[in-house]
Amino acid sequence: MTQPWQIRDLTFNSRLIIGTGKYPSHQVLREVIEASGVELVTVAVRRVDLDFPEENILNYIPTGCRLLPNTSGARTAEEAVRIARLARASGCGDLIKLEVVNDNKYLLPDNMETLRATEILVKEGFTVLPYVSPDLAIARRLAEAGAAAIMPLGAPIGSNRGLKTKELIRILIDEIPLPIIVDAGIGRPSEAAEAIELGVTAVMLNTAIATAGDPVKMALAFRHAVQAGHLAYLAGLGPVQETAAASSPLTGFLQ
Amino acid sequence: MEVLINGQPTAVAPGTKLLHFITAKGLEPKAIVVEYNGAVLAPEAFGATTFQPGDRIEILRFVGGG
Repeated sequence: MTQPWQIRDLTFNSRLIIGTGKYPSHQVLREVIEASGVELVTVAVRRVDLDFPEENILNYIPTGCRLLPNTSGARTAEEAVRIARLARASGCGDLIKLEVVNDNKYLLPDNMETLRATEILVKEGFTVLPYVSPDLAIARRLAEAGAAAIMPLGAPIGSNRGLKTKELIRILIDEIPLPIIVDAGIGRPSEAAEAIELGVTAVMLNTAIATAGDPVKMALAFRHAVQAGHLAYLAGLGPVQETAAASSPLTGFLQ
Repeated sequence: MEVLINGQPTAVAPGTKLLHFITAKGLEPKAIVVEYNGAVLAPEAFGATTFQPGDRIEILRFVGGG
């Protein structure tokens, strides 16, 4: 009933993408992935703790769920490129969620460094999904540089504050001929549904599920919310009116 | 002799191979990625790579992230 979507030659049925951080255990993560029905999950690249190596998180990500490595921790384009190359060396493919952040308080992306990294990574054959502040000019430049999608933030990472940038995201949907994936800020299933109703291609979130009272139940809630939002988008929302428009006949009872 | 592994000066016996170091730490070569003196090293090269004094090695893996 819902339509699949694509990033280049990759096809996805779920319009939900989730992050794998902050879960109480790897086992909960596995249950969350299964409940959410996602086909794409983000992971980060970090140094191994050689004294206390922890269990490999990949053992808890079901086969059939594709990895989307991020460049978190990068403060410059060069650092992001370095992380992307390492991620690709793991053999998980060319997808990279590009994030360049050098603001510690709000974790807002550095759009200019992100553009510079996109230009380098596209030339190296990566499929680049840049995380950016929702700005039309930068989105156009990223599209020209060969980005495969645009990932505008709804609110600061991990804030659960919702779709605060809605009007700017609406403009990106209208103007940019690439998948628009809201990344960061969404805290409630209703906000995920709202974003998809608006016409974004997919939503990406982590904290909203990982910090919920029951992460597995919340994953299921987001799964249904995203499906509902997409059905509403396909159906076309009814017109908004200033005054009442009766749903029952306006004639009096028994007339 | 000493090499720099994940930013830490680390004493290793001369002739130590990267693959031996990794497996001795209980790590699966497939589960990690290695940057050796600034360049990504393919897993197939782990067995043929012998530590030289002053080498800079980063041993990384995927972790949870958003």
